[in-house]
Amino acid sequence: MKVLMTEYLRINLDTENWECRVCDHVVGSASKGYKEGMLVYDRDPREIHPPIIDPKKYRFTFSPDPEWVRILEYYCPNCGTMVETEYAIPGHPPLLDMEPDLPALKAQWAQRDEVAEAVVGPAVLPEQGHKH
Amino acid sequence: MKQTATQVKARKPSAEETALIKKFLSDNTLFLGPDPEIMQNHDLMPRSASEEEAIGKVSDAHTIAKIRDRIQSGCDEGYEMVEQMGAAPGAKWGDVITGVYSASGDLAIASAGGVLIFSALVHHPIKFIIKNWMNDPTVGVREGDGFIHNDSRYGNVHNTDQSMILPIFHDGKLVCWVASTVHEGENGAIEPGGMPSMAESPCDEGLKMSPFKVVENYEIKRDILTFLQNSVREPKLQYEDMKVKLFACLRIKQRIEETLNTDGPEALVSTLRLTMENVRAEVKRRVSEWPDMTVRTYIIQDSTLRENCVVKINCKLTKTGDRLIFDFRGSAPEFTNRPTNTIVAGLKGMLAQVFLCYVWPDLPRGQAAFAPIEVITDPASIVNCSYAAPNSQSLMSIFTGFTAGQHAVAKFLYSCPEKYTKVHAPTFNMINTFIWGGVSQHGETLGNLCADLNGMGAGARADLDGEHGLAPIFATMADIGEQELNEEDVPFLQLVSKKMTRDAIAPGKYRGGQGYTMIAATKDSEQWGFMTTCQGAKIPPIQGLFGGYACGCYPLSKVKGIDVYDILLNEPEKFKHSIEEIMNEQPFDGATYTTHHMGMGFEISKRGELFMISQGAGAGYGDLLERDPAGVIRDIEEGLISPAVAERLYKVQFDSQTLAINHEATADAREAERKARKARGVPFAEFIKRWNKPAPPAHLQYFGCWGDDVGKLYMGSADKFRLADQPRPSYMRHPKDVRIEELEARLAALGALEDEKK
Repeated sequence: MKVLMTEYLRINLDTENWECRVCDHVVGSASKGYKEGMLVYDRDPREIHPPIIDPKKYRFTFSPDPEWVRILEYYCPNCGTMVETEYAIPGHPPLLDMEPDLPALKAQWAQRDEVAEAVVGPAVLPEQGHKH
Repeated sequence: MKQTATQVKARKPSAEETALIKKFLSDNTLFLGPDPEIMQNHDLMPRSASEEEAIGKVSDAHTIAKIRDRIQSGCDEGYEMVEQMGAAPGAKWGDVITGVYSASGDLAIASAGGVLIFSALVHHPIKFIIKNWMNDPTVGVREGDGFIHNDSRYGNVHNTDQSMILPIFHDGKLVCWVASTVHEGENGAIEPGGMPSMAESPCDEGLKMSPFKVVENYEIKRDILTFLQNSVREPKLQYEDMKVKLFACLRIKQRIEETLNTDGPEALVSTLRLTMENVRAEVKRRVSEWPDMTVRTYIIQDSTLRENCVVKINCKLTKTGDRLIFDFRGSAPEFTNRPTNTIVAGLKGMLAQVFLCYVWPDLPRGQAAFAPIEVITDPASIVNCSYAAPNSQSLMSIFTGFTAGQHAVAKFLYSCPEKYTKVHAPTFNMINTFIWGGVSQHGETLGNLCADLNGMGAGARADLDGEHGLAPIFATMADIGEQELNEEDVPFLQLVSKKMTRDAIAPGKYRGGQGYTMIAATKDSEQWGFMTTCQGAKIPPIQGLFGGYACGCYPLSKVKGIDVYDILLNEPEKFKHSIEEIMNEQPFDGATYTTHHMGMGFEISKRGELFMISQGAGAGYGDLLERDPAGVIRDIEEGLISPAVAERLYKVQFDSQTLAINHEATADAREAERKARKARGVPFAEFIKRWNKPAPPAHLQYFGCWGDDVGKLYMGSADKFRLADQPRPSYMRHPKDVRIEELEARLAALGALEDEKK
């Protein structure tokens, strides 16, 4: 049984591992954070959010200040998919952002069928109205 | 002098003595301040004896549903009245709620539209009235009474919001309450518009109305009304909207009376109670479907609105069984003299919005949807501030708190097969708009804001881009109004309005909805000014989701030393329709061009000077290399992103003239980028050895916990901190004093201050 945890990660309840949903790479033990199995890159935020007004002339440019914030990019080491980003204060330890309770997850999914494709959720359609 | 004291062994007072002490304290209360017993509790009151009796008589699901729909229609009718007749811009654009409250004060049924944050906040003042005024012979609660309230320390978001509260009696017995709440704007604070960022204490924040009686026999008491009018900049607004709120309440009362006449009081009381209990039970059931897990996130505020600094909103969300616990410990300590603090009820109200607007929008609107969810904070923190702390800009902390909640909740929802909405990246969360005030072209004194705050860009969803300029996070069905209509009342024009700000992007597999540019200039008044009250000019105020990026930053740009109306008349070709062009090309001779963070205190503007800002983008979702190339080209065609930025970020290869996509080259470029990621990425264990630091960086004024150590809260530097459970004052210096000191140091270094006497 595999549980789809994020757009790019699943937990294999049998092996208790995080797995990449893009390339099936085994990321690491689900008793630890998935980030421990990732490659990390410290991105200058100006590269993603380019200055719209001239940084030579102005103090504020629409770009984040690289001395105040960095973007930590987490890549699958096998396929290079960017699994998560984290806007972080320089030097702030990366967050253990998802810490599932594995026994509880197993018990919960023992009552459910495996879900192969993520459930996206209901669409809001124009013809939908309030009806009695 | 030697002090001596005789030790007296502590003795537990008897029941009789305890009762006597309690009576003495009750009879001799010096001041009925905000009651922590009321203010810290957001759960439903216990089922009362009369509710129990009513449920025993009427509990048929069909009857309950029929009456609930009827009361819901009444609330929506009251809401429409306020929206159509209200004078406040906030009323016209949906910054309103109307509702019916149980006799114990819980909000059972609220209007479907408008600002649902109120659904978790307006019950507090009613409970204060019940506890303190009901049996007070000098006040009392009688048929025909109405109470007013705005001080958020007694409930509500901030004191620009005013409520009108009416008790409803049947055969002499209190059966429920009705209330109407509106963001009125002006409240007599030190800056116009009701949300002063310059406030350094609650005494700078204008009217602070604890709940008091302002209506008797359904008539507004003229003496009190006059006092209130005399305390604000807009006496007409104060009167008009008190009347509007009163009449909206009376319309809801009429609908309740119709129900009482057809179905009886037990059916009404049972409907109100069972609606809340059923919603509460359903919320616990839905939570139990989520995975048991802990999710951590933090959102960064980059200013107090007075100065740039780093203020952490720390959030740990834990779900266990049917319990959901938001733990905000580790967030920044409260500022003693800055108004970005919030009372904890405000934070809870915004978290309620996460669920009512973005997770379970099908649930009946009311207090019950958030009632079973738990919230933990440190005392005297920026998300649970004390009585003495100013909070007129609490939006800064409740909105970033909201985003922390929205970001964390998405990570629970993804795996849950039962969904009521799509998984959603954080929506933009700052009120990027102009707050304005002064004397209008009609000679009226005004103070309020543009409804552009309602145009926040939406976060991307699991299979869709975010919507542009969609809705504020506090009211998903609010409007941004018609600027042209607004301009009939105020002496300024938005020369550029609703034009998307190119390259202010939040990339992803699905990109965030973008924000639009606003360029304003005063025209017909010499006594008019603006303020802006947002964070996020140095650090984005949101996070991305599942590999998507957050938005960028949004500064304030000013052009002074010109009259743009003369330019438009005489040299119209010089005017440009984007901040990018005006600031980079500097087309106006002799003008000064400057940029600032978005915490501009109220500033008088001269005719024709430009104030330029942009609404923000919601966050992106997923890896941007997975974005459909056709979507990238569509963004170029729609002016959302420039071709060079699109190509550099999304690795889409296309013909620069025709924009025809070269799919093969795109696939190759994306594969090359994935390889480049693997080459430049560092294994986590190795990365943290280099990256992790034991304390906040010395070059930043940092507030809040560092890493996981939530017991230690930094207060501006690595060597200044407090223990989380031991509050200390946290004063900020006047930014002008700081600047003067810097400049004097430079003068001293040059030897220019040698002769100055000390």
